[in-house]
Amino acid sequence: MLAFIIRRVLQSLVVLLVMSLLVFVGVYAIGNPIDVLISPDADQIERAKVIVAFGLDKPLWLQYFIFLKNAAGGDLGRSFAYSTPALTLIFERMPATLELSSAAILLSVVLGLPLGLLAGLRPNGLIGKTIMAASILGFSLPTFWVGLMLIMVFAVQLGWLPTSGRGETQLLFGVPVSFLSWDGLRHLLMPAFNLALFNIALVIRLTRSGAQEALMQDYVKFARAKGLRNSRIIGVHVLKNILIPIVTVVALQFGSVIAFSIVTETVFAWPGMGKLIIDSIRVLDRPVIVAYLLLIVTIFILINLVVDMLYSLLDPRVRLAESKG
Amino acid sequence: MSWPRMGLRVLLAASCLLLFASAAPPAAAQEFKLAMSSPPTSMDPHFYNLFPNINVSDHIFEQLVAMDADSHIIPALAESWTLVNNLTWEFKLRKGAKFHDGSPLTAEDVAWSLDRPATIVGSPGKFDTYTKAIINKKIIDPYTIQLTTREPYPLLLADLTSIYIVSKKATQGLSSDDFASGKGMIGTGPFKFVRFQRDDRIELERNNDYWGKKPAWSKVTLRFIPNDATRLAALLAGDVQAIENVPTPDLAKVRADKNLSFYSKVSHRVIYLYPDTRREKSPFVTDKDGQPLDKNPLMDVRVRRALSIAINRDAIRDRIMEGLSEPTINLVPAALFGHNPNLKPPKYDPEAAKKLLAEAGYPNGFGLTMHTPNNRYINDEKIAQTIAQMWSRIGIATKVEGAPMSVYAARGAKSEYSIGLLGWGAQTGEVSSPLRAMVACDNPAKGMGAVNWLKYCNPKMDALLAKALNSVDDKERSSLLQQATAIVIDDGGVIPIHQQVTTWATKKGIVYVPRTDERTHAYQFYPQ
Repeated sequence: MLAFIIRRVLQSLVVLLVMSLLVFVGVYAIGNPIDVLISPDADQIERAKVIVAFGLDKPLWLQYFIFLKNAAGGDLGRSFAYSTPALTLIFERMPATLELSSAAILLSVVLGLPLGLLAGLRPNGLIGKTIMAASILGFSLPTFWVGLMLIMVFAVQLGWLPTSGRGETQLLFGVPVSFLSWDGLRHLLMPAFNLALFNIALVIRLTRSGAQEALMQDYVKFARAKGLRNSRIIGVHVLKNILIPIVTVVALQFGSVIAFSIVTETVFAWPGMGKLIIDSIRVLDRPVIVAYLLLIVTIFILINLVVDMLYSLLDPRVRLAESKG
Repeated sequence: MSWPRMGLRVLLAASCLLLFASAAPPAAAQEFKLAMSSPPTSMDPHFYNLFPNINVSDHIFEQLVAMDADSHIIPALAESWTLVNNLTWEFKLRKGAKFHDGSPLTAEDVAWSLDRPATIVGSPGKFDTYTKAIINKKIIDPYTIQLTTREPYPLLLADLTSIYIVSKKATQGLSSDDFASGKGMIGTGPFKFVRFQRDDRIELERNNDYWGKKPAWSKVTLRFIPNDATRLAALLAGDVQAIENVPTPDLAKVRADKNLSFYSKVSHRVIYLYPDTRREKSPFVTDKDGQPLDKNPLMDVRVRRALSIAINRDAIRDRIMEGLSEPTINLVPAALFGHNPNLKPPKYDPEAAKKLLAEAGYPNGFGLTMHTPNNRYINDEKIAQTIAQMWSRIGIATKVEGAPMSVYAARGAKSEYSIGLLGWGAQTGEVSSPLRAMVACDNPAKGMGAVNWLKYCNPKMDALLAKALNSVDDKERSSLLQQATAIVIDDGGVIPIHQQVTTWATKKGIVYVPRTDERTHAYQFYPQ
């Protein structure tokens, strides 16, 4: 186990290094941040001063080298636009994004599992077919469009929910969260549902096929023969067995939801990391772009690590120490 | 007393309470929520000369002199000013002005605020652009300060409209980062700072000790909703009572909606084309088959005039801009200093354009690629596409290449285009601002031609501009600037298309005084 983790950490460091180099070169190739950042009234001398102050006058390799040196000390640079350390900026917005993503994942399980089970139990019934048809919509409709439609229907037409933004926040262990107040919950609901849509569909499909497969298995037949109640067969025996792949997928999806909450955050003016990265790309705020992507890569790496470790716990046949990546 | 009667009493009491509660709304109605289109990056009013930052600072801080809705200079914290001599200006401070912490405004705070912009670290766009002309500050008494410039400098007042006066006591030793928490947010403006939630909202409350006209709202929330559709939805749903920058595709709908009011005003931002007038070989000028030409046709003034009259500016206004642009051949709108009333937008005349092209030796036209940003100005790429079609009609086969501003500007600054589209807002309220930046001969040492990417240069115009920039006599300066503008336009150094029009929408019953400088001020909204 320990060897596995050490090897994994080393691999991850290489991935991070490559990633940072790609982003560095990429942003460098796009253009010069100064052209979009600097105030229009500034003259050429001031422009030159800012370029020097941000170290953009140095050759790319030297800029990258300086970045690496600072990064080794935990400093990923200061944002050009905010003049705040890039990591601070991202961590400031992280609670909002994590809250949104967690809510989305929660919704996808809470809605996806029962609906999927229902569809799996009655594959030919009207309900089953409706659920499956709806899940196709969940896969195929573009997120921003659904977001705007949700706003039009539930906020503008019906007036039930607020259009956008984050509601009242309260401190929970020093972290501002909004799910503790009614106002915050109302603000959270639509964007979370919007973000969850794809995953709800995913969970429905996984649950349905899992359930259908499980119902054919001998242990279900045996349970029925034993005279167990239907609800116990499905709620305990079937569900327990189909849960493993679902847990894996959902865990992996959690990473994507964090990384790709960008669209939802933009549509709902949700002050999270996704909006930050969009703003930063627009003005080529390189330190923030680099820090953000590195952070996302780290999150993915961590989630994968945890999933692999869970595998070995759930299924003893998986031996982490012996697997050769 | 029986239970049902008891219930009745409770009910009565409850309805009395309700009545009481419904009597409260006058107070609640003073709460105003406004949606802005972009969030500020910092609360420090001296940190970064960026539009959203300025927009927010305007609510809490004030300058010595300010701009009114038509970009004319008006007294703010300085009650009056006199020109002691050509180089020295004396400002008398307003005696009733108090900071939000109750302390009075003094010349000490003013001197501090004029010094501070140059000391800011880590800023991509410092405000010392507007303070560097001042070489000496002399405090005469707590309410009088003298400012001296190296040479006669007529733009001093315009520059001072960009410098916010902060309290020395409150901001001493603070870094720009500190302001977000509210520390240092001690201004003299109509609103006091309450809370800033980054990227989401700013909460303000009325400054009841304000020296000027007090705002109608006791509490204001500025929400930041960059997505156009969402911003409008927030207004329709009643989450906010007003928005800025109404999305153009929805204009018709907003105008037709009985529950909304619509406001617009010609802005100080001109959208223009800049042709390559200097290089014999220009990278994107070809013959009609795409082969390079031995001489760049854009060097010929007749070709540039042909390009200008081949643009149907009225059609662009009606079809592309939904009526919200003002066709122009000037660099600033009519209300601004230095506007030249003799320059009228040319009549759309493709035949005359063809003739001019033939005269210049291009009866069959040539090939051209126009570059444009596609996320910066209202309908920027659409405008370029439309102009390309209009030019194709007179024989110039024009292609359009659009790119996000970050990409576009990087290449533009390296003179990589043959003709491009840009916009310029005259933040100082004078035509000298666009003249200096867009068309003055490139001279980094003097700060001339900062966005003159294709290095247009006309010594005659330059001489007039230089003279105007040293003249503190308004009448003379205005005339010089008008002449300078006429020379550039006549020469086709740049081809203005229109002035952008800024838009606002509010719930019915709320009035707004729209501004030329595109800014949105909560205190300029009033219930009807």
